[in-house]
Amino acid sequence: MENEQKPEELANIDFNPPETGWMDTPPEFKKGIFCYGSRPSYLEAVGFPNAREWKPTDEDWKLPDNWKEIVLEGMKERLEKYRSFKIFMDICVRCGACADKCHFYIGSGDPKNMPVLRAELIRSVYRRYFTTAGKMFGKLAGARDLTEDVIKEWWYYFYQCTECRRCSVFCPYGIDQAEITMVGREILNLLGTQTDWIGGPVANCYQKGNHLGLEPHAITSNIEYLCDDIEEITGITVEPSFNRKGAEILFVTPSGDLFGDPGTYTAMGYLMLLHELGLDYTWSTYASEGGNFGFFTSMDMAKRLNYKIYAEAKRLGVKWILGGECGHMWRVLNQYMDTWNGPADFLEEPVSPITGTKFENAKSTKMVHITEFTADLIKHNKLQFDKSRNDHLNITFHDSCNTARGMGIFEEPRYIIRNTCNNFFEMSDDETREKTFCCGSGSGLNAGENMELRMRGGMPRGHAVKKVQEKYGVNMLANICAIDRAVLPPLMDYWAPGVDVCGTHELLANALIMKGEIKRTQDLRLEDLPGVEDDDDDEENNEEGEE
Amino acid sequence: MKIKSLLLDEKPTVLKKWFDLILDTYPSETSDFLKRQDNNPADPVSQIIHAGIEGLYDGLIHGIDSDTMHAQLDSIVRVRAIQDFTASEAINFIFHLKKLIRAELEQDIREQDLYEELLAIESDIDGMINMAFDIYMACREKIYELKANEMRNWTYRAVKHSKAYREVKADR
Repeated sequence: MENEQKPEELANIDFNPPETGWMDTPPEFKKGIFCYGSRPSYLEAVGFPNAREWKPTDEDWKLPDNWKEIVLEGMKERLEKYRSFKIFMDICVRCGACADKCHFYIGSGDPKNMPVLRAELIRSVYRRYFTTAGKMFGKLAGARDLTEDVIKEWWYYFYQCTECRRCSVFCPYGIDQAEITMVGREILNLLGTQTDWIGGPVANCYQKGNHLGLEPHAITSNIEYLCDDIEEITGITVEPSFNRKGAEILFVTPSGDLFGDPGTYTAMGYLMLLHELGLDYTWSTYASEGGNFGFFTSMDMAKRLNYKIYAEAKRLGVKWILGGECGHMWRVLNQYMDTWNGPADFLEEPVSPITGTKFENAKSTKMVHITEFTADLIKHNKLQFDKSRNDHLNITFHDSCNTARGMGIFEEPRYIIRNTCNNFFEMSDDETREKTFCCGSGSGLNAGENMELRMRGGMPRGHAVKKVQEKYGVNMLANICAIDRAVLPPLMDYWAPGVDVCGTHELLANALIMKGEIKRTQDLRLEDLPGVEDDDDDEENNEEGEE
Repeated sequence: MKIKSLLLDEKPTVLKKWFDLILDTYPSETSDFLKRQDNNPADPVSQIIHAGIEGLYDGLIHGIDSDTMHAQLDSIVRVRAIQDFTASEAINFIFHLKKLIRAELEQDIREQDLYEELLAIESDIDGMINMAFDIYMACREKIYELKANEMRNWTYRAVKHSKAYREVKADR
């Protein structure tokens, strides 16, 4: 055959990538790296534009005829509305301090995942259409024309950013890539280029109050299942109330805690703690979602989805709101809820009915994070623990990006772990607290079809856990985020097999000594506690001994 | 073996070149950036590559048991298995070592007639390639398993929580 190559020619393969600059290297959509495009019904449910069947790998994305005008108008509107966005478009000096701080860049080696370059994807268009230098000098001034390939490139890379903000910690100007990604996604949403994994939860949440689309009877029955398990483990009947008017406190948590393991064990922890305290609180089957996937589409959508929390608090006439362990839920509640849906002047400044502590940090939002509430209880000796029930666990703690960098919750979860467990080991300072590495699946990237991307993004966290696994025998990764609890198990399975995942309130409830409880022989997962025999076994052993 | 002593002498040179060749498999913006970082402790991928290739190289010189070699290869291949590489690209970095050794020791091998020893070393490297391919396949299978498990768990939970099914518990 004419084209047949000789063996030595076949062996001489150049594996080096092509030497083209980033502007001249169009994105290649690789399977496992992107999510499916949203089905039209999800977009129609909330009134998002350009609902149609489409696939990201299609040549024709079926964009509206005036897509270019929509994008440039969308950029203009946001440049005027968000001063931060305008500044972030102007001030980067490309020093590179952020470059290797992104978990997606570290895990992929793809230069367009360097935060500086990811921002350049949109900044180059900003220069071309909104700056004099860019209009005059084009590419020489770092500007480029807006084309459909550019839209595809934005889409590919703005959905490879989890809005974790680690890069902003290292940026000398404080440029927040998360805000650039958020604006980028907002603009893409104007063209109807939503992902199915985000579109679904948004539509569900809008119509049914939670991401999973659980209807009221499913919420109550899920929680009742958890109560059955609690009774089996502790002998105590927990009977939470739902939609109860006049309760002192409304409790809101991510619906993931009610649906998927190991989140359900954390929910059991909440139920056991709140029962033990005799707290006058209620669940809502309408404000049944603390999380907010609308936040991954547009600020307006996030605001619409968040509205139910204050509305339900008002309807039920509670004094304040207690919130479960979640990540992005708290970024929304802590930073945006007050201005979006407030003022919550119908609520009272949160005060712990058990300790009398005023949560002044929540004076305005009237919503308290459960780790703040629980750490305060422990500080005031209101809870009794048998820490030995967690002795089979060697625990490390993963700071969730949004609660860590977004609101500075560093010590409360650690305080809970130290008071309920004997074996706690920290990862290094460069991998925790404000420098924490993302799980790699936040901001709506926790779909199944993009598993390779998730493993890339979670690589630095996985590597960090592996180090403490090898050094200290760590076998449990605790966290305070529902998405973490859903996505870290597969991440650990790939990068640090043998490490399990839990919420801090699972650990707490395992150790919690409850009034009137039977001898605990099982943990919250209904697994036997190592070294503990139940009384029936004891009696049988004694009888055998007597014989 | 004489060649092993030569490999020991050339260790810093070979490892530096090997590391750079591996970085060159990434886009130029990334490889240039990482080379400037000079073994940056904040970059886990560089750390993994440095530790892995040194372990493998030392193994060639001093001998290496199968478990240790597996661990060293696994650390590098596990990363490349989820990056933008085909199967051959992912494990090609081991072929680089053959080329490097031939190039760096060419004169000594020729002058001292060490071809048989070279073949023995290359045979050891072939063993690494075989193992690396198995590791690559195991990583890819793990990815598919994770995808399948998520789908299975999701379906199971949906059925369970619709009250259509309740798990049987042991009568305690």
